[in-house]
Amino acid sequence: MLHRLALALGLTLTPLAAQAAGEVEEFFLDNGMQVVVIEDHRTPAVTHMVWYRVGAADEPPGQSGIAHFLEHLMFKATDDMASGQFSEVVEANGGSDNAFTAWDYTGYFQRVAADRLGLMMQMEADRMRDLVFDPVEVATERSVILEERAQRTDSSPGALFNEQMRAALFLNHPYGIPIIGWRHEMEGLTLENARAFYETWYHPNNAILIVAGDVTPEEVRALAEEHYGPIPASAALPERLRPTEPPHIADRRVIYEDERVANPYVSIQMLAPVREPGDQREAAALVYLAELLGGGGPSALMSRQLQFEEERSLYAAAFYDSTSVDPSGFSLVNVPVPGVSLEEAEADIWRMVETFLEQGIDADHFARIQFQIEAGEIYEEDDTQGLARSWGVELTTGLTVADVEGWTAALAAVTPEDVMDAARRLFDDPSTVTGYLQRPAEPAPEAQPTEVNQ
Amino acid sequence: MIARIAATLVALAVPLPATADIDIQEVTSPGGIDAWLVEDDSIPFVALEFWFIGGSGLDPAEARGATYLMTGLLEEGAADMDAQAFAAAQEALATSFVVDSFRDAIVVSAQMLTQNRDAAADLLRAALVEPRFDADAIERTRGQVISIIESNERDPSDIATTTFNRLAYGDHPYGTTQEGTVEVVSRLTREDIVAAYRATLTRDRVVVGAAGDITPEELGLLIDRILGDLPAEAPPRPGPAEFGLEGGVTVVDFPTPQASVFFGHAGIARDDPDFFAAFVLNQVLGGGGFRSRLMEQVRVERGLTYGIGTFLSLADLSPTLLGQFSSSNDLVAQAIEVVQAEWADLAENGITQDELDAAIRYMTGEYPLRFDGNATIAGILAAMQSDDMPVEYIENRNAYVEAVTLEDVRRVAARLLRPEDLHFVVVGRPEGLSPGN
Repeated sequence: MLHRLALALGLTLTPLAAQAAGEVEEFFLDNGMQVVVIEDHRTPAVTHMVWYRVGAADEPPGQSGIAHFLEHLMFKATDDMASGQFSEVVEANGGSDNAFTAWDYTGYFQRVAADRLGLMMQMEADRMRDLVFDPVEVATERSVILEERAQRTDSSPGALFNEQMRAALFLNHPYGIPIIGWRHEMEGLTLENARAFYETWYHPNNAILIVAGDVTPEEVRALAEEHYGPIPASAALPERLRPTEPPHIADRRVIYEDERVANPYVSIQMLAPVREPGDQREAAALVYLAELLGGGGPSALMSRQLQFEEERSLYAAAFYDSTSVDPSGFSLVNVPVPGVSLEEAEADIWRMVETFLEQGIDADHFARIQFQIEAGEIYEEDDTQGLARSWGVELTTGLTVADVEGWTAALAAVTPEDVMDAARRLFDDPSTVTGYLQRPAEPAPEAQPTEVNQ
Repeated sequence: MIARIAATLVALAVPLPATADIDIQEVTSPGGIDAWLVEDDSIPFVALEFWFIGGSGLDPAEARGATYLMTGLLEEGAADMDAQAFAAAQEALATSFVVDSFRDAIVVSAQMLTQNRDAAADLLRAALVEPRFDADAIERTRGQVISIIESNERDPSDIATTTFNRLAYGDHPYGTTQEGTVEVVSRLTREDIVAAYRATLTRDRVVVGAAGDITPEELGLLIDRILGDLPAEAPPRPGPAEFGLEGGVTVVDFPTPQASVFFGHAGIARDDPDFFAAFVLNQVLGGGGFRSRLMEQVRVERGLTYGIGTFLSLADLSPTLLGQFSSSNDLVAQAIEVVQAEWADLAENGITQDELDAAIRYMTGEYPLRFDGNATIAGILAAMQSDDMPVEYIENRNAYVEAVTLEDVRRVAARLLRPEDLHFVVVGRPEGLSPGN
């Protein structure tokens, strides 16, 4: 039941330890392109992905949304292919393709029959350097991304609230700027902006090739050398130097009111460390902390106490994203039952944190989480595309193959004491952003749908 | 390089795998329940999928929402366990159960490790055969369902779908949402919930798909262990739903910068001789991917939307051809005109040979790639049985698609696509769209 409610509210938890696991083959081409191969011979298919170590957090000031806009334009013409032909060829071969942009990475992928891998590489290599920017298509596609923003963000009070929360949480780091972009800046994005971003970042020495499925590393190496090998490395590839956060010394509050809100809730966010190359211990402990305190299921403290014992919450959970380039957020969410105010819901969250710090960890619950993490490795093997995606996220956020392969061991090594220590560090006088998502005091009558029939 | 890629493409267009290389074993449990199995011991777990045909469509009108609430309660206490104890047992076994309610079926998806499969099966059996429906669990879950209903009532895309269905089907279960209304859900009793349980979870209406690390003999025993104690027979399903919506536009006023649109008209049944032609036609019209007519005309050419798609809905009791998209309030009228024009053009002229070839290449190439992972395969196997398809369908399906001719598509387009019958529900503040156009 709980997962349905979380979906309706737009609050979804990442499955426990949904990170890459198992062994892979890794090598580098002479031009610096990193290659990772995940073998799975159960289905005669491959997932072919190229990830660039660049995302929305690497955008020039004033050009929010340019990383994502460029991702859209990558499906237009190159010097050798017509606009739209990339997807046309993929589909004519029975494949599917798409792309995605986040703060830390941009990725392109196709899923096709294994014997089409060379063709995919040929086309992906072509658009790595030879994209053609046409003014008419740039203008039309800008309209498409504005519609995308309208659909995903402006039509959703929860999405608008999250945007405001992040903007408040990050005082200086670009993680506070939405990936899709601020509307007023998106409207001004130009062909030249897109071209400059492309020329700066889209090079083989800034790319990771991930191939997962019915292939061998030898086959991948031969094809990758043929198609990606000839592309020269960029000598001018910049470092990813981003503005960093100053110490957070003040608590901040965000009140967002929207007449479309159905279930008001409170969210408390604070900065938290993430997995660092060579040191994943703190992040591993925080994964347990989020699960023990607010994993979403009936066993976690927040839901056990607030939903089941006291019946004061419809949903209460903790969220932690362990994988990003720079420190990111730990958040606590509480959706109160009708009749419980947001002020009370906020106090309930802190009461749960204090209870956790006082009571410590139930040994049985801890052991069950450990076993689930262990079993997660088995279940994840079933989803090769998901594995490929996890690897991409981890490698583009600065982790090494050794870090990724060591993550399960890092999780297995966590002790209850480690979790308590991490909890004390996190909750010892943190500066937080506390947000209320609520309806205006007097609901506008127009929020009730009225219907005009034909 | 265009020429080089095009040449490569033509050269490669032929040798795609013609069929999926899937070995399905038909299993009948000692207790008489049929199942399909794809055995694969490469990962030590099994994925199971149980489809109980009937679903929330079996709700009586006065207790609409009872099945949805009931499925939300199955894991909230069973046998001697309350919700906490059940969750703890599940965590200790690292097994996952997902129970989903739909208007034509209740779907239970489970994953179990080989190392503790029997214990996991006993736990799933408890949820399905011995749910407790405790008073406190009912109240807690009722509160969650009401918040879901209230959330859906303020979501423009949900409002569009719900309005369309109400206008199309009226009092038939297809005309109302399976979550029910706040009013009805507030007064559902434990008796309503138990009645929904008895009506929907029965042995005669279940189909089973399984994939992974299990032998046919083990699977038969496991199914009886889980389902053997369920009642044998279910009450009858409701009759066919009459699609009662005529062409036109319905505007639902809602404060949002971007209008959500849901549209469609009556469709075509899976057993219709022209079904595969319609399937190909829909692929060209608004099927997945970036290359459909509607994606080309509405998104790529004009930038009027982020995405638009159509699908043949094969709902058991009323097949339809449906579509949806969102456009800013000042663009939506134009987008609707483009959809209407494409509809009319295809109805009159059919598709081109190039479009037919591309659609067939895509559909036949994509099909074998679907059988990807135990969880996915178990789902496909259950879905096929729910549609009464034979095991051989997988082998023959691409041949059916390849047999579709230009003339077949022209014929079915003229019959299926009726621009004058197309009804659009628009939720937002659309500009320049009078409800009567």
